[in-house]
Order: sequence, then structure tokens, then C-alpha cells
Amino acid sequence: MSANNSFARTIIVALAICLVCSVLVSGAAVILKDRQQTNAKLDKQKNILRAANLYQENMDVEGAFANIDRKFVDLETGEFIELENAESFNQRKAAKDPQTSIDIENDIAKIGRRSKVATVYLVRDGNGKAVKTIILPVHAKGLFSTLYGFLAIAADKQTVVGLKFYEQGETAGLGGEVENPSWLAKWPGKKVLNQQGEPILQLVKGGASGETEVDALSGATWTTAGVQNMLNYWLSENGFGPFLSRLDVNKGEA
Amino acid sequence: MAIDVKEIKSVLIKPIVDNNPIALQILGVCSALAVTSKLETALVMCLALTIVTAFSNLLISTIRAQIPSSIRIIVQMTIIASLVIIVDQVLKAYAFETSKQMSVFVGLIITNCIVMGRAEAYAMKNGPVMSFFDGIGNGLGYSVILIIVGTARELLGSGSILGFTILKPIADGGWYQPNGLLLLPPSAFFIIGLIIWALRSWKPEQVEDEK
Repeated sequence: MSANNSFARTIIVALAICLVCSVLVSGAAVILKDRQQTNAKLDKQKNILRAANLYQENMDVEGAFANIDRKFVDLETGEFIELENAESFNQRKAAKDPQTSIDIENDIAKIGRRSKVATVYLVRDGNGKAVKTIILPVHAKGLFSTLYGFLAIAADKQTVVGLKFYEQGETAGLGGEVENPSWLAKWPGKKVLNQQGEPILQLVKGGASGETEVDALSGATWTTAGVQNMLNYWLSENGFGPFLSRLDVNKGEA
Repeated sequence: MAIDVKEIKSVLIKPIVDNNPIALQILGVCSALAVTSKLETALVMCLALTIVTAFSNLLISTIRAQIPSSIRIIVQMTIIASLVIIVDQVLKAYAFETSKQMSVFVGLIITNCIVMGRAEAYAMKNGPVMSFFDGIGNGLGYSVILIIVGTARELLGSGSILGFTILKPIADGGWYQPNGLLLLPPSAFFIIGLIIWALRSWKPEQVEDEK
């Protein structure tokens, strides 16, 4: 055993173990990468379909996506733009890079920076160019975590089609209830914007009434505030406002 | 090296009742609380942990004569961590939805005391084949408890087993009022406590001596 414990021996064994283990781990990561990316993409598509209330269990997700267009919007002007790296564009990464993002001045959503370009998804009606549903990626800080979700709005640019959060780390049972389907079911049909394109929807405690109010989450004041801030920011002039006012839903152009 | 079938049987069976890692050694309780609100995640966790324990035991036992004692714990950790990452990667590739629900708990197998405990207590002293079966045996012991807890929690908490409705909840027009407590982690504590009580009433030799 004493030969085992010499200094040189210890270093050699440590190096050998590290080498073998790193080859195994990186090998697994490389071999499985394609499959994982397909899964992640499929998962994202499912969440988009869920937001647009188009998702059914065991449906053909790829097929359902044939009617959905992925577009890039310059948030400043609201225009559609083409990106060179369209396939690999990642809005979250873009928001961190000073080149592709801006510092938010009036940061009500408490997200710090936002990407200059945003991905939007447009559900076209069966044959034409006309837009049936606009799906916007939205996020804001809740209590512990940043809430990431998709908000789907009807072609009238006012009515909610659906809302779905796909990533959050709020308290399970309280703030975590933002993922609760029965709470999210209260959203379709509500008006998030008025005729002038200003965010009007309010989350209210105790008994929401009318089409511009939704019940707050009980016991989750800060998460509710996060959702409210998220709507107020992303639907405002600083978020998707310019895009929404520019978008021609009949031609599907902006 | 003769492989004794009787010995293999004993290392496979013993951890299930006589020397259960959760019920007797009280190891690995953290993950047992976290992943048992549904039976499906519990099953995947059992499989993942059994594979990791078996192969970490096998590998560590194979090189046990080469490991310098001054760095043996970190060598064990490195091997266990590598195995866990590989399992996590495979789950992300082939069982994405489940791996999302289990989130960090697959990664936390690294810190699961059962894996480290078996590596240190058994694999460092015994041959590779026996160590492999010891890993499987302890994985099974862990699995038995997780499956009991997972079944009880899903059945009483959501009225279903593996997603199939057994007791129809009132919310869906049935008669069963689901017990929300069972969906929260503390309920697993109560169930594990009840299992330990039942086990020690059946096998009084497991009760610790009063000091």
C-alpha cells in the first residue's frame, strides 16, 4: 500500500481518473447533443402551442407548427427584420450581449437589459397570410426568479388567447401557481390592451370582474406583481408596442 | 476468483429488508422526499440511482488497489459525478419531460449518501462483481421505499397511479377528495416514518439499543 501513497503515484492516479472521466462525460454530451436539442426545441414548440391554446396531448407538434411563422422584430421600430443567424438566434443570450441589447431605463419588469430583436410567432389562418394569433415571448422578475412565458393575443391586438409560463422558480404552491392550468384558464378572453394600444389589464385581489381584470394569485403578492409588470412592460411602447401598432394582421406584415 | 451465487443473492436481498439504506441506515432521504409526489418520477429516480450505485461500485472496486488513500474520497466523487452526468445526459435525450420534472434531483444523486456510502463501505473492500451486485441490491432497497412512498402519495394525493385515474377526484366529477398534503414533501417523511415503524415491529432486531 505504501507505494500507492507516494506523491508521484497520487498525481498520476488523479490525472488518469480525470482524463478518463472527462472523456466519458464529454463523449456522452457530444453524442447525445442532437437528440437533446431536438427535445428542447420540441418542448419550446409545445409551450408556444399551449399559449395559443392549440395544444392537445400526443398531437403532431411539427405538423401543427406548419401554420406558425417565426419572425424577428426590431423592438425599437416594430419592423420585421431578417437575421443572418436565424436558426441559432437566442433572445436570452442576445439580452446579455451589449452589442445586441439595450439597457432598460424605466425597468419596471426588473430584467436589466433586453435584446434589441425579439422572436415572435404568428399563427396564420389555414390558407392566407392573415394572422389569427400573435404569440409574444415575455419575461419579468417575480419574487425569487425570472418568469418566462408566452402571451398569445388575438388578431384584434387586444384579447388574450392564452398565457403560459415555461420557466419559473417561485415558491411551489404559492407563486408557483402561475403554472396552474386553472389560473391560466382565467386569461383567455380578457383584454390586455385598449384601442390606443395601452396595457390595461389589472391583476386584482379578491373577485376580478369585467374583461380587464384577472384574479391575483393568493399568497403570492410579488409573483402577481411580477406578472403585472411583465404585461405593463412588454405591451408598452418600450416592449412590443411599436410592433403591435405596426403589424397589419390581414397581410401579416410589419 | 470464485463467484458465490449464495453470496450474490445475499448482497442483493439483504438491503431490501434487513439492511435497507433508507429505512435502517436513514440515507438518501432528501431525494426520497423530492421525487415521490408521482410514481413515474420515483421510478425513473430509482432506475437512475440503481445504475449509478451499481456502476460506481463496479468501477471503484476495480481500481481500488490503485487508489491512493489520501485522495480516495475525491476519486470516488469524480467517478460518481461522471456517472451521474452521463445518466442526466441520457435522460435529457430520451426522457425529456421526466427529466424536466426531476430537475436538479438527478444531479443531486452525486451527493446521495447511499452511493458514497456503498463505495466507501463496500466497494473499497470487495471484488468488482460482488460490489456491482451490492450496488444493485442497495438500489433495489432504495427503490422499494420510493415505490411504496410514490404509490401512496400519487394515489391519495392525486387519485391516480402512473397517471391513470384510480380514485376519481371530485374536481373531475368523481367522489374522491384528493389529500393535498400528500403532494407536499413533508408527507413523504410521515410515510417513511410509518414504513420504519412497521419494519421495526416486524423485525425488532433493527431497533437501536437504548443508550
